[in-house]
Amino acid sequence: MLSFVLRRLLQAVLVLLTISFASFMIQGKLGDPVRQMVGTSVSVEQREALRDELGLNDPTLVQYGRFLGQALQGDLGTSYYYKESTLTVIANRLPATLELSFCALVLVIVMATPLGVFAAINPKNWLSRSILLFSTLGLSIPIFIVAVFLMYFFAIEWRLLPSFGRGDTTQVLGLWQSGLFNKDGLMHLLLPSVSLAFVMTPIFIRLIRAEMIDVLQSDYIRFAWSKGISAPRIYFIHALKNTMLPVITVGGIQTGTLIAYTILTESIFQWPGMGFLFMDAVTRVDAPLISAYLIVVGLIFVVTNTLVDVVYGLVNPRVRIPGYSA
Amino acid sequence: MNILHRPLIPTSTKPTRLRHILSAIRGDKLALFALLIFAFYCLVALLAPLLAPYDSSSNDFMDLLNAELPPYWQSGDSRFLLGTDTQGRDLLSVILYGTRLSLTIGVCAVLIQLLLGVCIGLLSGYIGGRLDTFLMRCADIQLSFSTMMVAIVVLAVFQALFGNAAYQQLAMLMLIIVLGIAEWPIFARIIRACVLAEKEKEYVDAARIMGVSKVRIMFRHILPNTVSPILVILTIQIANAIVAEAALSFLGLGMPPTQPSLGALISSGVNYLFSGAWWIAVFPSITLIILIFVMNLLGDWLRDHLNPQTGKGVP
Repeated sequence: MLSFVLRRLLQAVLVLLTISFASFMIQGKLGDPVRQMVGTSVSVEQREALRDELGLNDPTLVQYGRFLGQALQGDLGTSYYYKESTLTVIANRLPATLELSFCALVLVIVMATPLGVFAAINPKNWLSRSILLFSTLGLSIPIFIVAVFLMYFFAIEWRLLPSFGRGDTTQVLGLWQSGLFNKDGLMHLLLPSVSLAFVMTPIFIRLIRAEMIDVLQSDYIRFAWSKGISAPRIYFIHALKNTMLPVITVGGIQTGTLIAYTILTESIFQWPGMGFLFMDAVTRVDAPLISAYLIVVGLIFVVTNTLVDVVYGLVNPRVRIPGYSA
Repeated sequence: MNILHRPLIPTSTKPTRLRHILSAIRGDKLALFALLIFAFYCLVALLAPLLAPYDSSSNDFMDLLNAELPPYWQSGDSRFLLGTDTQGRDLLSVILYGTRLSLTIGVCAVLIQLLLGVCIGLLSGYIGGRLDTFLMRCADIQLSFSTMMVAIVVLAVFQALFGNAAYQQLAMLMLIIVLGIAEWPIFARIIRACVLAEKEKEYVDAARIMGVSKVRIMFRHILPNTVSPILVILTIQIANAIVAEAALSFLGLGMPPTQPSLGALISSGVNYLFSGAWWIAVFPSITLIILIFVMNLLGDWLRDHLNPQTGKGVP
């Protein structure tokens, strides 16, 4: 078990190193910091001197080492546009994205669990078939089309909900700008989180259904039936518990998808989160911000994946991550 | 050699497998319907230059005087059946060409995935050992990054590196390469699993004893037996690639407005949706949704039909 955890941690560190190297290369290749600093009226010699002083003429590996050292101390450079530490800029936007993802995930769980369970319990029922058909249809509608048309109808045609931004926020515990605690913020949250949930739900309906069907065929469920335990108890206590475990693992792996989807949703609804910030940074060629975003997102992503894997490994000792015989 | 080869290389199973699939699909109305629509799309994409009322390469294709004309049944203008877009292009023609582009990008990207996946899957499964562990760990890591996330980041960085104008020239190639490389593990894993099962069988032992080379065993003897699972994921992978391309184009990281795929069309239409020109965004959206829907239906059907074991419905 210990070796499994250690191996998983080693892998996480390697992935993080790769990500940090990639973003270091991006920062080095995008734009010339010397030109940013001095403008056009400075001679070539002076530029060269400045390059030396900044350490830009050192070997790549030395520069990377320095970059890594600074990154470990929480210094990922200064944004060209915001003239602030990139980490501060990202930290200011982080709550918006987290709240959006959180609400979307809550919606997904609330919708997908009953539908998936129902479809698994009654596989031949016409309602289950239509749930499956609709989940295929839901999978086929790209998120940006969902978002755009939700916005068109609810915000433009019927004028029920706001179309962009985050609305009012309230300060929570002094460090979190939250939109969850007032009506305006919640109204703004509704459309983006519904669009996110709309495209994530079908994935989870299918997952829960497939897992649940597997579980329902296992011996312990048959035993529970023969013991005369009531149907709801079997379905919701015995079976669902073991269904949700793999679902959570795969859900953890979907973090990357969620991050990509937030980029799309945020740029459509101009949601002031990290994804929107990233697309802005790309248009402005704000290299330090781009690379800082990559590192932060990579970190979030690697930590979730590793945690999910390790927890799953702890709970279910049979897993040896598929594909490894070691 | 000859005596053993005939029955061993199932070159003759291909037509029967196809016939088997076709006869089964005839029994399932929904699948048949999906197949017909998909065939229609492929035909339209192939014949787009012949079918389109206007030639996308001619000079009078774009005429700003005709910009934003509503569809025929609203404007009464019989020249443009589905209306025109913001550049004055006939929307029907643009959609036809866009479908062609989207399908091309999807198919090419999946071909790259298939090529990489087959080679890596065969190597990993047949040779095994350290190489297998290493390759499959790479596959795990690559898969855990979602394709969309990787594609957005890589393309955004390339766009920032090259600048917009140069990027637009390379957009199609970049899309194909990025989408192609990002999803090889899906094919590699399934092929590896098949190889592991196949390589224990007698025909492989027989071939090995006869001194057939490793490469030949892998590609001529084992590979043909992995066709069914490949078929299953092929359709869904193409659909996913098309959706990913559309989303990237929508973000402005894909095809340029001068050479629009369906996603780029929707993207340019969205800005006019809110000012009342609904048709520019709606028709390409419907085209895209139907295409993806029938491909997903076909993929699901193939999975249920050919091998119920692969995948658990995760796209």
